[in-house]
Parts: sequence; C-alpha cells; structure tokens
Amino acid sequence: MSGPARPAPNAQLEDVSKLFGSFAALRQVSVALEPGKCYVLIGENGAGKSTLLRILAGLLRPSMGQIQVFGEAEPHDARDRIGYMSHAPMLYDELTGVENLSYFARLYPDRECLEPAEALRQVGLDPKLERPLGQYSQGMRQRTSLARVLLAQPDLLLLDEPFSNMDVESAGQMVELLARFRHSSRTIVITTHQRELAAPIADFVLALKAGRVARFEAGNPTL
Amino acid sequence: MPRVLWTHLMKDLRIEWRSKEAINSMLFFALLVVVLFSLAFDPRGPFSQSIAGGVLSVATMFASVSALNQAWAREIRHQVMDAQRMAPTPGAELFLAKVLANFLFVTIVQVILAPVFLVMYNLRVVGQAWLLAVVLPLGTWALVANGTFFAALSIRSRNRELLLPLILFPIFVPALLAMVNATGGILTGESDPGMWIKLLTGYDIIFTTVSLLLFDTVFNAE
Repeated sequence: MSGPARPAPNAQLEDVSKLFGSFAALRQVSVALEPGKCYVLIGENGAGKSTLLRILAGLLRPSMGQIQVFGEAEPHDARDRIGYMSHAPMLYDELTGVENLSYFARLYPDRECLEPAEALRQVGLDPKLERPLGQYSQGMRQRTSLARVLLAQPDLLLLDEPFSNMDVESAGQMVELLARFRHSSRTIVITTHQRELAAPIADFVLALKAGRVARFEAGNPTL
Repeated sequence: MPRVLWTHLMKDLRIEWRSKEAINSMLFFALLVVVLFSLAFDPRGPFSQSIAGGVLSVATMFASVSALNQAWAREIRHQVMDAQRMAPTPGAELFLAKVLANFLFVTIVQVILAPVFLVMYNLRVVGQAWLLAVVLPLGTWALVANGTFFAALSIRSRNRELLLPLILFPIFVPALLAMVNATGGILTGESDPGMWIKLLTGYDIIFTTVSLLLFDTVFNAE
C-alpha cells in the first residue's frame, strides 16, 4: 500500500554547477526543497552556500544542470513568490524603515503584501521610528531587511546569514517569527554558521563542502 | 504615469531631497566650468555669442557625469538592485524613472546656471528665445537617457567613473553638435535652428527606444 503522495517540491535542482571563470562554486548539486519545510544550509566560508541561494533566487544562472522553482525553469519567472535576504540589507540608507518597506511593497502590485508598519512590528521594530536607516544599528538593519523579505509573504524564503550581527535574544525572536511564518505551502532555506540558533526550526540539514553536497538529511544541524 | 514608475521616481526624488548629492556636485562643477571658460576666453568679446551654446552644453555634460554615476551607485551600495531585480515589475520602469529624475536634476542645475551664464557672457538673445525652451530639454534628455543607460552598463565595472564618459561622450557627439548649433543659431539669429531641433528630436526618440529595449538585459546581467 502506498503512503500519502508527497507534495511537489517548491524548488528542485538537478546536477547544478556554477563556475566563476575556472573556479567551481557549486559542483553537481541536486536537492529538492519541499513545501512546509525549513532547510538549514551549513558549510565553511566559500563552500557555495550563498551561490546556491542566489541561484534559487534567480540572481545567478547555473553554468550546468537544471533548476525548477514553482514549476518554472527560470526562477526569475516565479520571482514574485521568492523572498531573498542577503548579507547586505538591500535597503536605502536615506529612507526610514517604513519608507523603505512602502517602496518595496509597491513593487509587488499583484501580491497581497503586509502593511509596512505591520511587517516592522512583526520583526520587533517600532514603525514610528523617524530615523533614516543609515542611523540604525546593524541588528536593526537586519530586522528591517527581514521585514522587507516578509512583506510580500513569499512561498520560498531564502535567508543568507540572518543571525549575523544579532544578539542571541534577537536571533531567538527571529527564529520564533520564522516558525510562525512557516506554513504548509512555504519553504524556508537558511544559511548560517550559528547552527544552534537555527536548530529549533530545522527540518533538514544540507551541508556543502567545496561546492558539493556533503550531507543532506533530516534532523538537527548541531548534530 | 504608471504606478511603479511613479514609485521609483518619488523614491529617487525623496533620496535626492535628503542627500542633495547629485544637485550639489553638479552645480558646483558646472559653475566652475563656466567660470574657467570665462577666464580662458574673453566673455565679452565678439565671439561670446557663438561659443556660449558650446560652453553651456559642455558644462552640463561634464557636470552630469557625476550625477549619472551616483544614480546607480546608490542602487548597488547595499545590493538594493538585487531586491529590485527580484521584484515582479519591468526594469524599463526603473530605467525611465531614473532618466526622469536625472532630467529633473540637470534641468534644475541649468535653471540656476542660466542667469549666471547670461550675466557673465553678456548674452542677448537675437533669435527666437522661446526655442531655447525646446532645445535645452531635448539636449538634456539626450544626455541623461544615454547617460543613465551607460551608467547602468558600467556600474559593475571597477573603473566606472572613467568608463562612463569614455562610452557616453562619443555617442553623445551628434546630439551635442545639434544642441550647440541650435543654441548658437537662437542666440545669434544668424541661422535657422529648425534642422538641428529635428535632429535632436530624432536622436532622442531612437536612443531612448533602444535603451528601453536593452535595459532589461543590462539590468539582469550577473
């Protein structure tokens, strides 16, 4: 007797490699990212974590191999359903948090976006803050950046080192928020060096080493 | 005006209003060029009417390069451009908004510069002065439409400050010639600027269309 049908993956990579000149950042990576799951991507610096995330986000094209995101061969065609948070805040220093978020919300006319003030409240920031982003602390920028990503309520959430520059308490709050955000149709991918922080929401661990998948299994990233 | 284009434009205007980076740098640079030219040539001499159009165009051209570079530098400073690339809106609207914002900034500088220029070069318009209100915006549009496109093209380059004028100025030459001749014709009243205005209009239409068509490729380049 067969069990319940597995849902179609939100994103799938088959033998994906990425070359920068003669340097191979990714080598024949094959993974399927299922809806409702959180994947923690670990590996040393230069292992290819950020490259993998940028390929999933459609910001880089694979040199070889196949990729599908929400059934599209080009992630760019499904970009309204993808949220990507990078090392950099991807926001303007000259604008306040609400102004930044209002700007990005208007770039998603067909998505049901959160109110900018609500998105800021969700990440624990005061939406009435009048200061421009350039005067925020690193941690506050990081939270605003997360608010920007959550704004369009994406189905594939790609977070590159979301806990960097954050104290343990703030990181814990972020994990709680991500746990609430996790939904049966949503996939979350987190790269981090602070494995213990991501442990409470991790369903799968994907370890990369020199661009190859060294480990891909269900479980806790701290083990 | 489409809503997304308006959103990009308002964002650029708000940022410029707060930082004043583009207008300040352009204004001081343009003033410096005009003053230096007035020291190099006798501004009240018999040729002042005929070289004035060229001086104004060159001052605007050099000054606008700094603003054009800054326009995209702001977008890549914190990888904001990646967030824009991931938004489900056409890149052409971002490009057009940048062109409009740059056009506005350069026009503001020209409006401030014009009285200074008229006084320093002792200019009296002999031809149809109202035509200047056609020629200057057409020439400015040619500069900023091309400049915004080539600034986007060179933004990921390490030598972008050098690369932009190297690409932009040769391509801008036909528009510069048309602008200088049309302005000279209007100031002196010695020639009909009509042909030059038509050339400028054609140049603007062609280069704006080509830039709009190619911008998505440049914008989404890795």
